[in-house]
Amino acid sequence: MPLATENRIWDPAETLPRDELAGLQAERLRGTLARVAQNRFYREALARARVEPEGIRSPDDVRRLPFTVKDDLRENYPLGLLTVPRAEVARVHGSSGTTGRPTFVAYTRGDLERWSGLCARFLVAGGLRPEHLVHVAFGYGLFTGGFGLHQGIERVGAGVVPAAGGNTPRQVMLLRDLRPEVLVCTPSYALHIAEVARAEGVDPRQLGLAFGHFGGEPWTEQMRGAIEQELGLAAFNNYGLSEVVGPGVAGECGARGGMHVSEDHFLVECLHPVTLEPAREGEVGELVFTSLTKEAMPVLRYRTRDLASLDRAPCPCGRSGVRMSRVVGRSDDMLIIRGVNVFPSQVEEALLRVEGAAPHYLIEVARPGTLDEAVVKVEIRPRNFSDEMRQMVELRDRLDHEIHSVTGIRMKVELVAPNTLARSEGKARRVIDHRTERR
Amino acid sequence: MKLRQLSLFLENRPGQLKLPCQVLGQAGIDILSLSLADTQQFGILRLIVKDEDRARRALEQAGCVVKVTEVLALEVADRAGGLAEVLEAFERSGLSVEYIYPLSAGHRGKTAVLAFRVEDPDRAVKLLAENGVRVLSREEAFAAMGA
Repeated sequence: MPLATENRIWDPAETLPRDELAGLQAERLRGTLARVAQNRFYREALARARVEPEGIRSPDDVRRLPFTVKDDLRENYPLGLLTVPRAEVARVHGSSGTTGRPTFVAYTRGDLERWSGLCARFLVAGGLRPEHLVHVAFGYGLFTGGFGLHQGIERVGAGVVPAAGGNTPRQVMLLRDLRPEVLVCTPSYALHIAEVARAEGVDPRQLGLAFGHFGGEPWTEQMRGAIEQELGLAAFNNYGLSEVVGPGVAGECGARGGMHVSEDHFLVECLHPVTLEPAREGEVGELVFTSLTKEAMPVLRYRTRDLASLDRAPCPCGRSGVRMSRVVGRSDDMLIIRGVNVFPSQVEEALLRVEGAAPHYLIEVARPGTLDEAVVKVEIRPRNFSDEMRQMVELRDRLDHEIHSVTGIRMKVELVAPNTLARSEGKARRVIDHRTERR
Repeated sequence: MKLRQLSLFLENRPGQLKLPCQVLGQAGIDILSLSLADTQQFGILRLIVKDEDRARRALEQAGCVVKVTEVLALEVADRAGGLAEVLEAFERSGLSVEYIYPLSAGHRGKTAVLAFRVEDPDRAVKLLAENGVRVLSREEAFAAMGA
């Protein structure tokens, strides 16, 4: 596969041979255990699991450690999981709390330094050069996206336009007038910028953008194609979450065959979300991260709920870090229909294939008799509506066929009128499982 | 030469047909003719009105998916075999009909006016004329529907 950009490596640690990496990981894992022993929550958890730092011989020993989940952060709100004196905290970030009470994470001065370097890694791997100007349309605030990327860009030595979120016509004006080479935002916002640019009479392909670094939400290859087409740039995927550090946990190289995890800073596991046994090579599972270098609030085996697969095959770019796939779903969203694991994101992908852009949809699962039955309700959109019944039936059949080919099971497709599926606070409800509601 | 028909997507459940009719009623727009195609799960309502643009805006504001398509109004002799003669002309012209519905019957004593949906209306008008079938003008069609 041709590289999307010239291969340049920011940090020699990215190409560390695997055996040296394993040694470094074991040593750093012992350091993390010594650090978390400063905190009562972790001290008790480790005592229950009967783990001593000296007992860690290899990175695989991470499997003996207890898990950490989002609720542990909530229960220790606001900064109960701090492992350094409060005076050493240099920064606090947080999650939005869309799914419950907000959670905070903390950084020491050293954490911020390392985090900047981690963002610099994927930015450089994805084409960023010191002579570039970068437009950052991530929110600056408690959300890690804005400041995380900002610091990474400055670390590389490139220029930043800290546009932050909102007021899209103004973003278009900034892009048109300042002509940055690189765009940083969420993938859906990139498409929105292109749309608004067109509405403002600006051809988004003429903005002069060369690279885009997109993250903060799951997206698809189809969306990458659409963004590249609309904005005329090479789009790169990156991954991170505030509990682990923020953006910079993993990012794509020019080969764009998965995101290299910075394994010298994070131990990654891919586990079956129910049994918590390691997923087979290439199989989708829940990603679990353990901090190796974080000082202020390291996590032990943090269950991300993000579903992805890991690829340990060597990458032509020379980076030794394992590659994670796109996030294909959330383990909370996984549905088991007639024994088959199905994710709403798969249904979304099927709809995308047929319609070119994902319409609003709702998956309803019920068990009227002994067998599960799944119905996908799809809102009809003006561009796909025809006055000819034949074409409407064809559209439904194509949706039906794609859903079957992506998920492997038959789901009944029902076309519904627009704006009839419930939306709550901008986030659409994707699944109603009548089987669990009855219980 | 062509009529602009409004097509609406309807879910096949109670109350769905009433909504667009109510919207047009409140806007003071008279439905001149309609046809309803349905499957078990959804339907397509096709409407002929005089003020298509205003009707479309009102329906879209009410949340309907509306598509404007062109249909041809043809006069057919209102007697046994009348429609077959016109279809003969379609066949000679190599045109296929997607669907037909009546716009008016008993017009000028012995003729009926029907709406024909074909793939390429402009080409159809030309070919039908060559085969001796005249397509009604917009005004003629409205007159036939008493509007």
